[in-house]
Amino acid sequence: MIADNPWIDAIVRTLLVVLLVIVVALILIWLERKVAGRIQMRLGPMVVGPYGLLQSVADAIKLLTKEDLRPDTADRWVFELAPFVAFMPSVLTLISLPFTADLFVRNLELGLFYIVAVSGLSIVGLLMAGWGSANKYALLGAVRAAAQLISYEIPLVLAILGVAMVAGTLNLADIVNGQGRVPYIAWQPLGFAIFIIATLAELYRNPFDIPTADSEIVGGPFIEYSGIRWAMFFFAEYINVFVFSVLGSLVFLGGWNWPLGNEVGWPLQVVLILVKTSAMLFLFMWLRVSLPRLRIDQLMSFCWQVLLPFAFLGIIINGFVLVYEWPDVMLGLLSGVAALIAGAAVYRGSRRAVPRQPWSLVSARGID
Amino acid sequence: MTIERELETIDVNVNVGPQHPATHGVFRMILTVDGELVVDLEPVIGYLHRGAEKLSENCDYRQAIGFQDRTEYLAQFNAEQCYCIAVEKLMGLEVPERAEYIRVILAELNRIASHFMFMGALGTDLGAFGTPYMYAFRERERMQDLFEEITGDRMMYSYFRVGGLAWEVPEDFVERTRWVVKEARQGVADIDGLLTENEVFLARSRGIGAMTAEQAIDWGLSGPMLRASGVRFDLRRAEPYSIYDRLEFDIPVGERGDVYDRYLVRLEEMRQSARIVEQCLDQMPKDGPIVAPGLKRVLRPPPGEVYMRAENPRGEYGIYLISKGADKPYRLKIRSPAFCNLSALRTMTVGQYVADAVVILGSVDIVLSEVDR
Repeated sequence: MIADNPWIDAIVRTLLVVLLVIVVALILIWLERKVAGRIQMRLGPMVVGPYGLLQSVADAIKLLTKEDLRPDTADRWVFELAPFVAFMPSVLTLISLPFTADLFVRNLELGLFYIVAVSGLSIVGLLMAGWGSANKYALLGAVRAAAQLISYEIPLVLAILGVAMVAGTLNLADIVNGQGRVPYIAWQPLGFAIFIIATLAELYRNPFDIPTADSEIVGGPFIEYSGIRWAMFFFAEYINVFVFSVLGSLVFLGGWNWPLGNEVGWPLQVVLILVKTSAMLFLFMWLRVSLPRLRIDQLMSFCWQVLLPFAFLGIIINGFVLVYEWPDVMLGLLSGVAALIAGAAVYRGSRRAVPRQPWSLVSARGID
Repeated sequence: MTIERELETIDVNVNVGPQHPATHGVFRMILTVDGELVVDLEPVIGYLHRGAEKLSENCDYRQAIGFQDRTEYLAQFNAEQCYCIAVEKLMGLEVPERAEYIRVILAELNRIASHFMFMGALGTDLGAFGTPYMYAFRERERMQDLFEEITGDRMMYSYFRVGGLAWEVPEDFVERTRWVVKEARQGVADIDGLLTENEVFLARSRGIGAMTAEQAIDWGLSGPMLRASGVRFDLRRAEPYSIYDRLEFDIPVGERGDVYDRYLVRLEEMRQSARIVEQCLDQMPKDGPIVAPGLKRVLRPPPGEVYMRAENPRGEYGIYLISKGADKPYRLKIRSPAFCNLSALRTMTVGQYVADAVVILGSVDIVLSEVDR
């Protein structure tokens, strides 16, 4: 409780969330540009503020003052409402995220279920944007986004379900507390890998940024948007990245638990969750800058042929271990072996379709 | 009674370009797509037509060199070399040895720079977030610095002359070039490590846009496109011009003729070019004339015609030249490799996915000003 009156308490917490949304989005945009710049041997933004820290603020102001364009052929209300529809779910998910043992807006009993369910709603906004723009690129992008999200929701849910099985609860705070000193990544490496991959697809980031593919459909659903409406899509994207990073660190990395003992005060808890979330964020940014993009059919077949079977395998392993009450080590061992098999399958599979033959170099001198 | 009705779909036309990030300039494709599949493709070119051939016919032989830079703006030295050799053939000129070596060094460096550009652009077409581009451009920038130091310009060099070179290279040319080549080798290794064995890259490039050797020959492909299909044909070896018959290098050949092979062939060509440059630096005479002696200020080749073709980064770059004895070419025709390679785009793309169309176009490695001329 921040204040005694429940209404004031709720309002204060909601305001905090709104503030968090803005600050997090601005910082993440700056951070991503900085990380991408460093990986690409550039400096990234350096001009506005120290180390370019205020660059996102300047960009936001620029976008606010830009003209809000709408194509003549666009479906007016669908087009204009789409950014809000895409934006709201990401704010709603923040409400039920516990950041530390007592820093949260509302810790729901079904928190995990709620977050996964609500974050999937943002696809409605993208579909509205794609349809309302009356643009073929946008429509292609929206259809791709819908297909991708529907497919990858399943392995994502299954990966999280594995954790919920082991923890025996869907309450995020209880899941974190249940991990104690050893985070679930040790018991669920396969689940963690599937979670990361499915999350990348959920967030439309490389190598799964197919709906917005810059070099093919030039931004996809966002192509006709400008000014603040476009910025809202951007904000929503980064809030989602943040939400899923926090979720990953809560569910798999032990949240605010200190690995060398269970009870730590709230300042250290804040630091711990920040560090773990940053690690996840950096992983997402790193992958985005390093990897090319898959094709839509490859994305689908990867989901249905690799991710889904192995996600089910993870559930089955969990089930066996829990039912027969084998020691926890078996959980980590079996899951790790399954993860290795999955990795090997992908490695082999990507080289199998057209076998790579030995490189034929012919010294032309003396032969031709 | 059951009513069976198939879901009716219509093909949609999607216009790509001329203002589109994946068209490498102002190229336009009209794709007819069935969902994500390309069922037809109509290329539209001509947005960058400036009449370089006709313009050259209104300039004297020396001035026309500048149009070669503007035609092939990623491999300017190669284009200049081809044109200069054509005029020299017409006039029966002998080029001093030192000038020949410097020409070959610069042309091969330019080939590496052009292929670096290809690597970066292909990575971006494949959806990488600019990282291959930055890696490639770091190396390309070093070469551009070298070229700028020699010629005074970053893009429109106009450094080769009929009969030799415009002026002497800087004193530290050999050391600078050795360093640039060393760095370029490291850059090639970086690109290799970043892309070649990447699972996503493999998935996206293997088996895409494949051309068999017969198809490649029928379509008149040349350069890396032809060699990726398995035809071992390189003009530097088949019809050695300049000093290429003294140099040792290998001709990489692909096996499946897909995007991945085109990438691999270019990657290996960069290493071979580095080899050529190093050999040239060893063999090059330390000093000597750089222009053929006794050249007149105004060149008037005797009446006749000549066709000179050279191996450019993009393929067979040809110059067909007719002289009537005047100080201007009567006719100058450029055989543009990118134009001929681009003609096979529809064959390669139809039946593939929309995303592949972009990658296949990238693998052709077009330079639009050369396609449109």
